[in-house]
Amino acid sequence: MAMIFEAAAAQTGGQFPGATEPGGSAPRAGQAVGRIWKAVRSNGKALAGIILLALFTLLAIFPWAIAKDNPSAEIYKPSLGPSTAHLFGTTSYGQDLFAQAVWGTRETLILAVVSGVLSTFLSVIMGLAAGYLGGAWDSVLNFITDVLLVVPTFPLLIIIVAYLPGVGVPGLIAVLVVTGYSYGARQLRAQTLSIRSRDYLEAARVRGERRLYVIMVEIIPSMTSLIVATFLGTAVYNVLAAAGLQFLGFGDPSSVSWGTMLYWAENNEALQTNQYLWAIVPGALIALLGAAFVLINYAFDEISNPALARVPVTRTRQLNPIYRRLRANRSS
Amino acid sequence: MTDATPLLRTEGLTRHFRIGGGLKRKTLHAVDDVSLQIGERQIVALAGESGSGKSTIARLLARIYSPTAGEIYFQGRPLSGLRSRADMLRYRADVPMVFQDPFSSINPVFRVSHGVLRSLKLHRPELSDKERTAEARRVFEIVGLTPAEEAMHRFPHEMSGGQRQRVGFAQALAMRPRLILADEPVSMLDVSIRIGLLNLMKQLRDEQGVSILYITHDIASARYVADRLIVMYAGQIAEQGPVEDVLAAPRHPYTQLLLSAVPDPKAELSIDANTDRGEPPRVINPEPGCRFRWRCPLAVSDCANITPALLELSPGHDAACLVAQAGAEVKAF
Amino acid sequence: MRTGQAERLDPGWGEQAGGPVLQVRDLSVCYHTKRGDVLAVDNVSFDLARGEFLGIVGESGCGKSTLLFGIAQLLSPPAAITGGSVRFEGTNLVDLGDRQLATIRWKKISLVMQSAMNALNPVKTIGAQFTDAMRAHGVTGRQEIADRSAEVLRMVGIDPQHLRSYPHQLSGGMRQRSMIAMALLFTPDLVIMDEPTSALDVVAQRSLMIQIKELQQRLGFAVIFVTHDMSLVSHFSDRLMVMYAGQVAELGATRRVFDNPRHPYSAGLLEAFPSIRGPKVDLTGIPGSPPDLARPPAGCRFAPRCPIVVDACRQEPVDLRHLGDVLVRCIRADGNGVVPGD
Repeated sequence: MAMIFEAAAAQTGGQFPGATEPGGSAPRAGQAVGRIWKAVRSNGKALAGIILLALFTLLAIFPWAIAKDNPSAEIYKPSLGPSTAHLFGTTSYGQDLFAQAVWGTRETLILAVVSGVLSTFLSVIMGLAAGYLGGAWDSVLNFITDVLLVVPTFPLLIIIVAYLPGVGVPGLIAVLVVTGYSYGARQLRAQTLSIRSRDYLEAARVRGERRLYVIMVEIIPSMTSLIVATFLGTAVYNVLAAAGLQFLGFGDPSSVSWGTMLYWAENNEALQTNQYLWAIVPGALIALLGAAFVLINYAFDEISNPALARVPVTRTRQLNPIYRRLRANRSS
Repeated sequence: MTDATPLLRTEGLTRHFRIGGGLKRKTLHAVDDVSLQIGERQIVALAGESGSGKSTIARLLARIYSPTAGEIYFQGRPLSGLRSRADMLRYRADVPMVFQDPFSSINPVFRVSHGVLRSLKLHRPELSDKERTAEARRVFEIVGLTPAEEAMHRFPHEMSGGQRQRVGFAQALAMRPRLILADEPVSMLDVSIRIGLLNLMKQLRDEQGVSILYITHDIASARYVADRLIVMYAGQIAEQGPVEDVLAAPRHPYTQLLLSAVPDPKAELSIDANTDRGEPPRVINPEPGCRFRWRCPLAVSDCANITPALLELSPGHDAACLVAQAGAEVKAF
Repeated sequence: MRTGQAERLDPGWGEQAGGPVLQVRDLSVCYHTKRGDVLAVDNVSFDLARGEFLGIVGESGCGKSTLLFGIAQLLSPPAAITGGSVRFEGTNLVDLGDRQLATIRWKKISLVMQSAMNALNPVKTIGAQFTDAMRAHGVTGRQEIADRSAEVLRMVGIDPQHLRSYPHQLSGGMRQRSMIAMALLFTPDLVIMDEPTSALDVVAQRSLMIQIKELQQRLGFAVIFVTHDMSLVSHFSDRLMVMYAGQVAELGATRRVFDNPRHPYSAGLLEAFPSIRGPKVDLTGIPGSPPDLARPPAGCRFAPRCPIVVDACRQEPVDLRHLGDVLVRCIRADGNGVVPGD
């Protein structure tokens, strides 16, 4: 089937969107953004994910526009239920929960994005280099990655954080990155190994390119979809891990984030004292942010791998009755 | 051909690979003791089937592998003497390679001009940006991708297989090469497109003065483009000489087998006693003696003990077969 | 879909007892893509007599593999049959459901694919795969399975001890032979082959072709052999079908098509093979590329590349017509054959 499109594409001088191209489809430099945006618009999951993420980003950047109260100010009557004045009610300390939720977005989002980016960066370096350079480089780098992969991350996180007194967000990020990059590194290494023998990489070496150039310019662009997927997956995991650590009391409990909200909610036995929203709201928000990343991740897979895209159902109604009967028979 | 220093010469070129692990370590003799020559303005065809070692030779000449033994001389100078990056870059510019698979030999992420421009940047750094683009346009025109300006800005998936192979040749030409290593450049193309590329190769030899080492398993296309033909079997040269001489009077039984198996629609099919199945040659821990002897109807007892040397049987025409060297006009297949 | 096409039965192979084993009429296959519908196979019709060897020849994108899958009912979305019928021994396969097709598959029609390494299960022995195939079609006796497996392997010239071998332990030629053996387990009436020799070297290729022809003559099954290499089938096929851009360009007895190609594409294709004997001539091949099937040209699909094109060729789509005992889709072909460059 690829052949048909080869022949078809050869006649046209223009772009051939969605081409099932041998060698995997990769976003083109320069036209990548335009194509991705067009594909995102047509995919329901991607759109939902992007909208969610955009909303959270807005909350993180302009929290004062949505929530007028100071989230840490203990000025209200404690333990109020939801009302027009306090959308989610108040905490046991008299803080407005809605303000906390909104202002908390910033810290959580920063954690997710920054640790995601740094972690992906480390994954790319460790994974790609190991896969492409091979030999001793591969053995050493891969060994480090494998060890970190095998060690249970969350307990390791707890131990490290417990020994670092008063660690704030930067500390949490550092710890998350070091313990979390290994999964992505492994995947990228495997992918690199599989494309390593592609002719165009050999062709680059034969024309005299240095190895670093080949990695940076020839390999990375064709792995963008895997790298983006790694980022999204890492971001989700980091959100949960960070919230988990904060829930356990690590990090800085006086900061405002969804994780610390959970910490204080637990400390004050929110669920037992009928202050449900205090516990549920941060949890739901964490879940929503995770869902946003996951939706975008799914959609990215479908966009970059046309084989996963579903054939639109509407077309079959216009088709020949033979085809309809065929489809009916196939499902029997 | 000329007796002056050939453009490229190999002496006893050998490449072994170790396969298997642990206690079962075996050696694969991909290329064994190959001494060949390529002259200026010449197309030399290196023909053979899978396991013959032809692709390994291409990669040895392209310095993707280094030889286990033997030496390669380019313009009289041994390759092992090239140490600095400048020397190596100069060699890579003189001897570039064109790959077999048009679908995987160009990076799909970039426009097709990418490889050409990079080649120019690496090997002719004195050119300005404008000169570089002009030069890229020039080589695109030489290979027949016109209008060059428009073709240069296409992406690989917008081009057919034949056009992509032309891009491969353009990349090689941009470096002003002396010898192009073409590793089965037309095997993956449609039949009607192949002729166009074979004609391009002839044109490059005639108009640009470039020599080409044309690696193939298709003898008919070798005859069409090449001046000289080298037939390889099991990592060794079985026969070599001017292409018309070798095809008209093949001296090595393997060459005869190969020629008899080529389908020729204009000839009658001869389903004779020949029941050769085309089993691959034995190149793993091979024993001494001729490696073709198990399939050869003319094998004698000496063939099992003495590895035949490549000897000249008529002017310019060599064969490595004891029976042929003994003077008999062999007709094995 | 033009009417009147159905009456144009191709000359066939003369009257055989029981009629033709396969009758394809106006078969069309469409791929639904975001760019539009691509008609990969456009109204292909032909008959196949019992024991006949039909070679289908064409280059990339001509639709020959799609046609094959269409006949074997192996198409999956986004490809689908959008018209026509495939009558195997009288029954239209297109109408059948999976369960009914299962009774015909492998017993009456079997398939040999291009690369044995892809079609064979790498973690199972050959014998285990034969056993799988036989059990799937109702044969359960262990002795019966063992006997039949050994028998088919011997038929293709492989020592039955290789039933215990894994695919990677066999050479390429032997793997392809075991694929053919597997296809013959139930002595089918029709074997469909999709470029079974293209992964092999030339000596192995010839050996395999001879083997296939021998088996065909001995067991009497019909063969549809798809390839891009015209010269390969020249000595083995009874009839030859040349496909271009999803349509049949020429269909007739093999020797006729080779000696006297009527369609300029067939002529050009034949010319594109340099020969190893005879005088050395300069060849030109066929410049250009096949058309975009999502937007095929209005008239003859070969017109943009044709050396003898005239204005009339570009006006209307061209139908197949009889020219003696050959079918040609060209308004300029005459009884004496086409002279390229005219």
